[in-house]
Amino acid sequence: MASLGWATPGYSAVEIQWWHAMSGRLGEKVKALAADFNGSQTQFKVVPTYKGSYSETVTAGIAAFRAKRHPHILQVYEVGTATMMAGGGAVKPVHELMTQSGEPFDPEVFIPAVAGFYTTPKGEMLSLPFNSSTPVLYYNKEAFQKAGLNPDMPPATWPEVERYSEKLLQAGYTCGFSTAWISWIHLENLGAWHNVPIGTRGNGFEGFDARLTLDNPLHVKHLQQLADWQKRGIFVYGGRRNLGNAKFSSGECPMYTESSAGYAGFKANARFEFGVGQLPYWPDIKGAPQNTIIGGASLWVLSGHAKVPYQGVAQFFSYLSSPDVQADWHQTTGYLPITRAAYEKSKADGFYEILPAAEIPIKQLTLNPPTRYSKGVRFHSMIQIRGVIYSALESVLSGKQKAKSALQGAMNRANRLLSRFQKNRR
Amino acid sequence: MAHASIFRNRWLPHVLILPQLVLTLAFFIWPAGQAFQQSLFVEDPFGLGAVFVGWDNFAILLEEESYLESVRVTLFFSVAVAVCSLGFGLLFAVFADRVLKGAAFYKTLIIWPYAVAPAVAGVLWLFLFNPTVGVVAHLLGEWGIEWNHTLNGNQALFLVVLAASWKQVSFNFLFFLAGLKAVPLSLVEAAAMDGAGPWRRFWTILFPLLSPVAFFLLVVNVVYAFFDTFGVIHQVTGGGPDGATNILVFKVFHDGFLGLDLGGSAAQSVVLMLIVTGLTIIQFRVIEHRVHY
Repeated sequence: MASLGWATPGYSAVEIQWWHAMSGRLGEKVKALAADFNGSQTQFKVVPTYKGSYSETVTAGIAAFRAKRHPHILQVYEVGTATMMAGGGAVKPVHELMTQSGEPFDPEVFIPAVAGFYTTPKGEMLSLPFNSSTPVLYYNKEAFQKAGLNPDMPPATWPEVERYSEKLLQAGYTCGFSTAWISWIHLENLGAWHNVPIGTRGNGFEGFDARLTLDNPLHVKHLQQLADWQKRGIFVYGGRRNLGNAKFSSGECPMYTESSAGYAGFKANARFEFGVGQLPYWPDIKGAPQNTIIGGASLWVLSGHAKVPYQGVAQFFSYLSSPDVQADWHQTTGYLPITRAAYEKSKADGFYEILPAAEIPIKQLTLNPPTRYSKGVRFHSMIQIRGVIYSALESVLSGKQKAKSALQGAMNRANRLLSRFQKNRR
Repeated sequence: MAHASIFRNRWLPHVLILPQLVLTLAFFIWPAGQAFQQSLFVEDPFGLGAVFVGWDNFAILLEEESYLESVRVTLFFSVAVAVCSLGFGLLFAVFADRVLKGAAFYKTLIIWPYAVAPAVAGVLWLFLFNPTVGVVAHLLGEWGIEWNHTLNGNQALFLVVLAASWKQVSFNFLFFLAGLKAVPLSLVEAAAMDGAGPWRRFWTILFPLLSPVAFFLLVVNVVYAFFDTFGVIHQVTGGGPDGATNILVFKVFHDGFLGLDLGGSAAQSVVLMLIVTGLTIIQFRVIEHRVHY
């Protein structure tokens, strides 16, 4: 039903199914993108379908593939990347799709820290970056004023965060700072930001035989520091994923590390003026800060369809990566511009003069050319590994374990998952 | 033989039970068999290949500390949920049975929570106990109890037991109330005339006569705690913190549905099935002897 390969232009357009996980305002935007593309030509019709959360969308796509009723395009969150790669024959790499369809395609137009996440070591792009974000520091300007801090000067380093927090506690706040996505921000991004690997083989990019190395001094120190700060109220843990967002928007914690994509939510919910700063770093680490890494999702093309709809997918991808579409997506949603041209266009539009906060995540990503350790994190079973990491972090923050032994334990458990996967690979 | 079969026909009885057999085969035996088969393989999520690994998936479970922890958490959780929901269900039923005025109002009120979906119930309790904006968490803070179930495992476990029991109390209440209504009034009245107080009347007359209902509910509640509480856990704690509320059925979902480890997750569901079957057998063997029909 999805694709009638012989459909003639002008009569009925060839349908391209796109399963995604964008709800609410973002879902409307996705519909608008598809409608705009559909209006621009008559041969193809992109049909976006909302399939639930990121994990539900991936599972739905995979189940549909097994039943041979899968969509052409599937939106997959960043932790699912290795799973999709391991899918081998189930996936049609984007670089292959573009060459076969004769669409002009240059991976160089993408911002390296974004594209690098989804390319092979040889530089071949596997999936099209779509909605990408990176962690930043949000801070409450009114609280800063109350505590006698400069509301235009967010803390740049972790020791500064501590000092600022102490002032805020003195001013009557019960919490200095909190965080969302603790594994992504305080473990994975912490590594990239300081150019310290969290796994072998270039954080997993160079092969499935990679293993985690979570017990390096930086991570042990940072996590132990969080636990010590937790005792003093300087840091307060707000729960998994972004469950702690209310800690910032309610005014309880005046500083908060969250995805850059959280901006719109805070804008809608926080009743105070807030600013955005760079993610803090440890100044005693040489070369820091390096660059942060992205989260979010990319678009994967599934194999097993006829040739004609794939041409439509390729055209649609060209449309999606065009500067105008990208700049508009970036400016209306708060996600990052994935191409350099879209970034330049937003600059030219004067977008960052109105909203300086929107440029900070891009500056972070492009601060330095990505290294072997700051390209991203790509391990198989990453979803389960994140569960293991959450457990370890929680056991340290609640005082049950010391950082070093907890991280070692998590590392061993994660590496057992990785070796099991590797052993059973065809 | 004195009892000759009523059915002379040889095939009619078989035809009559056939629909039930087909249903059991299609919806229980076949999927269970599939789960067992899947548990012997490590499979690619896309179904492009599977490697036979024998009992490996099971062996891994036994050496995985987090799995054994999950078993312990599940046992504690299901006992706590069964005790709370049965206890309060019975308490409310006894009270509602004695009420003369406005009984219908109270009954409706107590039955209400059953109409709420588990996930919705979870969200509701989560709002009340949210460490930042929750009303109850705020009140507890005023009384000097620092509430943070995102980090305190005992508090998290308490919260999911509360949320899971709250839903099931209504169900138990209905059955207990019906059971109480079925007890002949004359028995209670006779005992009252002989000078037995309410406490004595309850334990020597009402409760023994309720025991078939209580036994049925015990089995149902244990199964409920093992399987139907998934939505509550998913909404309230997601299995955390540090595995404190990671009950078996949630782990099956997490590893299979999210982690796409189909073989490992299938092995877990086979074990889960064995545990629940075992518990049910024990209940029928041990407790059923104390039940008066």
